[in-house]
Amino acid sequence: MAILVTPETRVLIQGITGSFGSRHAQLSLEYGTKIVSGVTPGKGGQLFERVIPIFDTVAQAARETGTTVSAIFVPPPFAADSILEAVDAGLDLVICITEGIPVADMVRVKAAMKGSKTRLIGPNCPGIVTPGKGKDSQGGCRIGIAPGYIHNKGNIGVVSRSGTLTYEAVWQLTSLGLGQSTCVGIGGDPVNGTSHLDVIKMFNDDPETEAIIMIGEIGGTAEEEAAAWIKENCKKPVAGFIAGATAPAGRRMGHAGAIVSGGKGTASAKIAAFREAGIAVAETPSVMAETLIRHIQERKG
Amino acid sequence: MNIHEYQARDLFEKFGVASPRGKMASTPREAEIAAQELGTEKIVIKAQVHAGGRGKGAFTNGFKGGVHTCSKPEEIREMAAKMLGQTLVTHQTGPAGRLVNKVYVVEAAEIAKELYLAILLDRASSAPVVIASTQGGMDIETVAAQTPEKIFREPAHPLLGLQPFQARKLAAALGLHGSQAAQAAKLILALYKLFITCDCSLVEVNPLVITKTGDVLALDAKFNFDDNALYRHPEIVALRDFTEEDPREVEASKYCLNYIGLEGNIACLVNGAGLAMATMDIIKHYGGEPANFLDVGGSATKEQVAAAFKIILLDRNVKGILVNIFGGIMRCDIIAEGILAAIKETELPVPLVVRLEGSNVELGKKIIKDSGLAVISADSLADGAEKIVAAVKARAA
Ligand SMILES: Nc1ncnc2c1ncn2[C@@H]1O[C@H](COP(=O)(O)OP(=O)(O)OP(=O)(O)O)[C@@H](O)[C@H]1O
Ligand SMILES: [Mg+2]
Repeated sequence: MAILVTPETRVLIQGITGSFGSRHAQLSLEYGTKIVSGVTPGKGGQLFERVIPIFDTVAQAARETGTTVSAIFVPPPFAADSILEAVDAGLDLVICITEGIPVADMVRVKAAMKGSKTRLIGPNCPGIVTPGKGKDSQGGCRIGIAPGYIHNKGNIGVVSRSGTLTYEAVWQLTSLGLGQSTCVGIGGDPVNGTSHLDVIKMFNDDPETEAIIMIGEIGGTAEEEAAAWIKENCKKPVAGFIAGATAPAGRRMGHAGAIVSGGKGTASAKIAAFREAGIAVAETPSVMAETLIRHIQERKG
Repeated sequence: MNIHEYQARDLFEKFGVASPRGKMASTPREAEIAAQELGTEKIVIKAQVHAGGRGKGAFTNGFKGGVHTCSKPEEIREMAAKMLGQTLVTHQTGPAGRLVNKVYVVEAAEIAKELYLAILLDRASSAPVVIASTQGGMDIETVAAQTPEKIFREPAHPLLGLQPFQARKLAAALGLHGSQAAQAAKLILALYKLFITCDCSLVEVNPLVITKTGDVLALDAKFNFDDNALYRHPEIVALRDFTEEDPREVEASKYCLNYIGLEGNIACLVNGAGLAMATMDIIKHYGGEPANFLDVGGSATKEQVAAAFKIILLDRNVKGILVNIFGGIMRCDIIAEGILAAIKETELPVPLVVRLEGSNVELGKKIIKDSGLAVISADSLADGAEKIVAAVKARAA
């Protein structure tokens, strides 16, 4: 089943005529993903790659092409508006790739989305891939900017804030002959739509996912919250890695950051939370897949 | 982006946040004139650097304290002479300290009580939160660690904003009554308006004071702005002081590279922030020390890679370089060409290990091999880290 998206998912690209959006829409089409419509205000009626209809509004695109999921590639000043437009059109899932959205915009978007049926992933994320059965995992659903060919269809769920670190984990799995059910990049911004925990719960409920790799970074407490839930509820083996153990504390001006975090959010606090929850911690980013495999074998005893 | 205290004071005035009058000066003479013009009995002189802890800091010339109170304009001139052009070291500047180019000459407040006030984004609730404490002054971190119950938090509604009753609640929690409570609530609401209007990520007032005459004033201001929102605030961008920033970081930002200088000797060049942090971690794991964080982004060009090399080599501590690229969408052959172009331009003085992964990886490796340059190639992240650490150690031996 995979989570969130399947090869049948009908996808809309907001910002399909921009250079970034069009390039990745093209790559998704080559991967075999059903990109069924695009939106660029003012370009309604045109066609992308001679076949895919472009609309002025998301509502029109949803009505006429039966799209349920959108990927957003619009520049930061307009991204918040694009997310809200997708929510208004009643889409199930919005994946915002855009990097550099003002935090205040995301604060408002997140509050405005409360009670809606739409789930947001991102912003500032690489997107989602559910690998397909074909050569180099083609025939799957690739939404966003991840390289398709590094994937392999299988049973490991991957969730991460960072794009390239996700690719690293996926490539390690694929190189060791393991495949992925779905890979989700939740994005690196402080205010985002979907947390590590949200994705972990979905993986836990997904019959196709047998084990999980969770990759985190210093800052915030999202990884700690996911770990606490895993300890009590997760039936599946989880391996994890936290990036940033050697990152500088950052030149601070005030004291408020330290006051708010109260010692949480550091790499060592997160690693301790992982261990406490029975998550196998990869000592270096180069052994994420190995660590998971060993953990699975140990659990089998 | 950060600004100086004297610039923050202008924002306070614009938004109605009560604070004492002051003037910025960049020479001792200017400081003296500023003191004369203020004309108050007592005057405070404050070193202007983008770091906290100035009061308790010390200058490398031995002079103690970046904040002093004087009663005569001539004294202010003497103090300014001891601060200007000198380096101030505080617990937030690191051992290298900061050069003081400006001082702020400001009316002294007669302090009866020092409080603490800040507004920042709370990641957990995805909304701004106002933080206040009765224990203001110079040791707020100790308060947070030892007596967290003395710190009050009031989360703002993400759409409605901070409500007047919330400001009154905070004033009451701070133990204020009557006119002082009213003044504090007004100040908190004004500060919140400023925070939202200017897209701040942090505003901190430490201390917020009650004066002996019963006024509530902001005596210090630390600001941090959301870099993503600067495009809509040209008036804030105009306040940027490049002399407060690491020149290598300023240079990197011109090429849209994300660079942070560190203390170690192994430089790294990576695509993606998460992988860049992970690369630093693995260098350390194998016994090395990273010299920098450098994220060239997901679609770096040949020119950006070349610029990145030059910036890395500006750091004289660098004894080796590790390039770690997971070329997903980026093609490895293009990256290899970028690296070669950079080396030809800069004459590589230190060992270079390159780990390439992703599309066209074979071609990329071949380009590097065929170039005949002394580039050490690595097959994985671990292999790359081990090789660069070994190469740097071999050189040092
Ligand atoms: N205008 C003023 N009038 C009277 N006293 C002042 C004034 N400005 C600062 N002070 C005193 O000097 C102390 C230190 O000043 P300030 O808080 O501005 O600098 P700081 O040491 O950099 O702050 P922090 O420790 O919060 O980083 C204050 O706590 C206050 O007691
Ligand atoms: Mg202070």
